Amino acid sequence: MTEAVDFQNLKVVVFQLADKEYVIPVSQVQGIEKLIYITRVPKTPSFVKGVINLRGVVTPIIDLKERFGLGESSLSESARIIIITLEDMDVGVIVDSANDVLDIPLDSIEPQPEVVGGMEQDFIAGVAKIDRRLLILLNLNLVLNPIKSGV
Amino acid sequence: MDTSQYLEMFIEESKEHLQACNEHLLELEKNPENIAIVNEVFRSAHTLKGMSATMGYEDIANLTHKMENVLDEIRNSRLNVTVELLDVVFVAVDQLEEMVMDIAAGGEGKLDVTDTVQKLHKIETGEEIPVAATTVELAIVSNVAQEKNWLSYDDYDMTVIEQSFEQNYFTYEISVRLREDCLLKAARVYMIFELLEKMGDVIKSSPSVEKLEGEDFDEIFYVALVTNEPSEDVQKKLMKVSEVTEVLVQSVTIEQLKKRNNFELNIEDTPVKEIANIIEDKQQIAEVKSPEKSPTSKNNSVQSSKTIRVNIERLDILMNLFEELVIDRGRLQSISEDLHNSELDETVERMSRITGDLQNIILNMRMVPVETVFNRFPKMVRQLARDLNKKINLEVIGAETELDRTVVDEIGDPLVHLIRNSLDHGVESPEIRLANGKPEEGTVVLRAYHSGNHVFIEIEDDGAGINRQKVLKKAISKGIVSNEVAQTLSDKQVAELILSSGFSTADVISDVSGRGVGLDVVKTTIESLGGTIDISSTEGQGSLFSIQLPLTLSIISVMLVELGEEIYAIPLSSIIETAIIRSSDILNAHNQKVIDFRGKVVPLVFLENVFDVPRESTDDEFHSVVLVRKGDKMAGLVVDSFIGQQEIVLKSLGAYLSSVFAISGATILGNGKVALIIDCNALIS
Repeated sequence: MTEAVDFQNLKVVVFQLADKEYVIPVSQVQGIEKLIYITRVPKTPSFVKGVINLRGVVTPIIDLKERFGLGESSLSESARIIIITLEDMDVGVIVDSANDVLDIPLDSIEPQPEVVGGMEQDFIAGVAKIDRRLLILLNLNLVLNPIKSGV
Repeated sequence: MDTSQYLEMFIEESKEHLQACNEHLLELEKNPENIAIVNEVFRSAHTLKGMSATMGYEDIANLTHKMENVLDEIRNSRLNVTVELLDVVFVAVDQLEEMVMDIAAGGEGKLDVTDTVQKLHKIETGEEIPVAATTVELAIVSNVAQEKNWLSYDDYDMTVIEQSFEQNYFTYEISVRLREDCLLKAARVYMIFELLEKMGDVIKSSPSVEKLEGEDFDEIFYVALVTNEPSEDVQKKLMKVSEVTEVLVQSVTIEQLKKRNNFELNIEDTPVKEIANIIEDKQQIAEVKSPEKSPTSKNNSVQSSKTIRVNIERLDILMNLFEELVIDRGRLQSISEDLHNSELDETVERMSRITGDLQNIILNMRMVPVETVFNRFPKMVRQLARDLNKKINLEVIGAETELDRTVVDEIGDPLVHLIRNSLDHGVESPEIRLANGKPEEGTVVLRAYHSGNHVFIEIEDDGAGINRQKVLKKAISKGIVSNEVAQTLSDKQVAELILSSGFSTADVISDVSGRGVGLDVVKTTIESLGGTIDISSTEGQGSLFSIQLPLTLSIISVMLVELGEEIYAIPLSSIIETAIIRSSDILNAHNQKVIDFRGKVVPLVFLENVFDVPRESTDDEFHSVVLVRKGDKMAGLVVDSFIGQQEIVLKSLGAYLSSVFAISGATILGNGKVALIIDCNALIS
């Protein structure tokens, strides 16, 4: 028997923003890219960094740190762009680093504690505690709610 | 039998046949005496019947069968074409369409058609509509036509024959019958033709030479030969060819031929409308027509070109792949510019040319005639005119004009809207028209033509035109313009008010056009396609709606400009020209910087401010300006420098950034970076 479908665990990508670790389901991740040239798109919110040429597809990029009100990303050597696919929409998010792929048991995911401050609490789907690590599961549909400007 | 694999083909072909029925019926309504048209309809109905019966759609088969019976009665001159009769047939075609649509949507194609079937039956048996005998003359003509299944000649052939008579040559019509079990018919045909060519000139054959070579005939075929040999010799020589069972040689004189041609003209008088142009249609028609009536005359003029059907999806994939290629071409070009290697330059140059040609071909393949949209209008107009109690003649011009498929797909609804508008608000009722000294019947012209890189579609009516006062009153009451502004508007601007949202001038909300959604929907759709709409109208004489559309949506020519470190693209279609101006030429008018450009005051738009370009502001003495227009308004976009013109592939910014101010999309440049495309319309207010 090779890989059996796993109903007990959720496979996630772990990444870091400032000092916290966040996770998103692998099923929603299309790829992880190094930083490349980003074309600024004027008249958009500041967390929209612009668009990149991702192998011929123009893909919008947002800075998750700014989205959560945690300040601008430093764009260091370890910074990555995680390409996320949601329905028919591709969006890249800039993170400080992408660390790991983990299996987290579904039953270890708990609803978010009320006390977490900051803007990101609106985007949290739950938290999981694995070996003393606190992993924050994001609700991507809310994070990547399409924006309209101009009109 | 499992028929599912044929379903798609069945639906496609059914639609084509129904469309053909519709067109021919409309034609027939105008020329009720024309039996040739009835034949066309009959043929479509017959094919449809066969197909639907095979596929197991009994309601369709049943209805077409009845329709066919009625048509057969007309064909055999036992029934007259009347408006009542046509109405029932139209209803039948409508119901057929409905059923086919149902099948296409995954349904079973069932519909209660008993009522229509009964009506058709009544007509067929002559219960309701008295059957008057058709004119004797017509009957004779068709008899003659049937007796003569020989050959027919066009003017050119006639001249050839005439000349050969003058030089004492004979013209023979020869029928050759091959043995029924003849195996290599094409080979026999070849041998016969070789013999004939030795004796003289073959000026005609029926079926056509291509068909004969393709063995596309029964045992018998006909040729016309011009020769100086006696007929017996010709006959004997031909009989020498094995497997030929019978050869009849008949000498004809020019008078006989002329007489025969005259008869034919009577029958084929009305030009059967060419639905062709969709390439495959063209072929089908040519094939359908030839065996039944005077085949050769038409086939000779149409050089049969070979076509295949290609799934539109494959063309889309091809287009996408080609777009990738265009991007890499741009990349190669910029690399070769940096390297200054002459061999590389040469290769890149060649590749650019070839991809340029390739681009033309691919774009052309995706072009479809606007006919696919236009051909549903005649029937719609007929129905609407009856509903509105108006007399309206729709003229369609330039239906063969081609447009990118994506544009054609979108243009249908706006056109329906505009035509309804013309019929309802434009053309007056017959009484008013007569009172105003106009012909009772109104004319609506639907016209399409190419001009430069654009296609124009125009809808012109000779109706009441736009009533300035009425429109202004409405616009003011709806709060679209203020009272003061209203007085200063030109007639054209007033006309354009009817395109603003929330506008509808019909006093009574009618079923036809006043259903809350105004013409603003039309404007929005057309603008989203990168097109523009323009109205000109003379009160009392009519209006003209002119739509300008780009030929294609995905590859466009742009001017690349630099703003600080950033590169933007401005579509060439909206650029008038570029200029370099001095700072001292910039004037101030009401806090708006303007320039005097060829006597016109043009407002300046500083793109670095609009787009918040991050950089130190510079105080150059000279400014590069791109003059752009939207309708008759202009603006000067101030940029840092011009880079040049380039063909680019239009890409969307993605669903996440669905609408960004003044940006209509993005493209990938030669260096792999993304450049944004400026939407000039948003910058001109």
